[in-house]
Amino acid sequence: MASIWEYANPRKFIATANRLLPWVGGLACVALLVGLIWGFFLTPDDYRQGSTVKIIYLHVPSALMAINGWFMMLVASLIWLVRRHHVSALAARAAAPVGAVMTLIALITGAIWGQPMWGTWWAWDPRLTSFLILFLFYLGYIALWAAIEDDDTAADLTSILCIVGSVFAVLSRYAVDFWNQGLHQGASLSMDRADHVANVFYFPLLVCMSGFVLLFVALVLLRTQTEIRARRMRALLARERMA
Amino acid sequence: MPDLGKYAGSVLSAYAVSLLLLAVVIVVSVMRARRVKRRMEEVEARAKHAR
Repeated sequence: MASIWEYANPRKFIATANRLLPWVGGLACVALLVGLIWGFFLTPDDYRQGSTVKIIYLHVPSALMAINGWFMMLVASLIWLVRRHHVSALAARAAAPVGAVMTLIALITGAIWGQPMWGTWWAWDPRLTSFLILFLFYLGYIALWAAIEDDDTAADLTSILCIVGSVFAVLSRYAVDFWNQGLHQGASLSMDRADHVANVFYFPLLVCMSGFVLLFVALVLLRTQTEIRARRMRALLARERMA
Repeated sequence: MPDLGKYAGSVLSAYAVSLLLLAVVIVVSVMRARRVKRRMEEVEARAKHAR
């Protein structure tokens, strides 16, 4: 069996990503289409929340990917710091804009959902606040990559930022449990049956979550390929200028 | 189209904004991937020619 470190070779990574992308991208489209059509058209209204419950098919999967996207970046950053594989640093860089969009979707759909249910678009609730800070960390991470010319220095500094930001990624997930206050409810999906959403909402939600995960993976594969090519292009152009 | 009742505005705007943002990140990623690939092939061809 091939070692995972083989994919640290940029050529091997690009070749593998080329093979995987049509499948992962195709599956993401199918899962998103099925999940969203199922959730929007074929599920009933909730007896308390009315039709706003349909927002769950966007809000929960995007929040899931906002947090897990940051953890993927954390793992890639740690690999960079320990093993100095450029592909892992570039994968973290590639994931950041996708994670930022997921966080923004979670924040916007949360505000739109909160207005009719809580009577306010926004509250300085522990989970909402930690999500906003996570979004700001995403923006800071993207800006830091863009601000530093030397790729290795940028990878080092953004990796440190990623480790610091992980505190807020954890808080975004567990804020409700830590402080046990605020407007936001606990997890929609729980091992405890009492807290769990009803099956009629749960199954389309699972399909939507799979769709968001696959879309995230497809976009990160594509964007990592792009970052690897852009890095090689910068190296070739620098060689050209020196010749 | 399901009857969304008094929350139609909220539900539809949540879907519209989310799908728009997803479309933007997909389109931007694909366009940049194509542009960088094409540009890199040009630079590689130039480098090969110069050798």
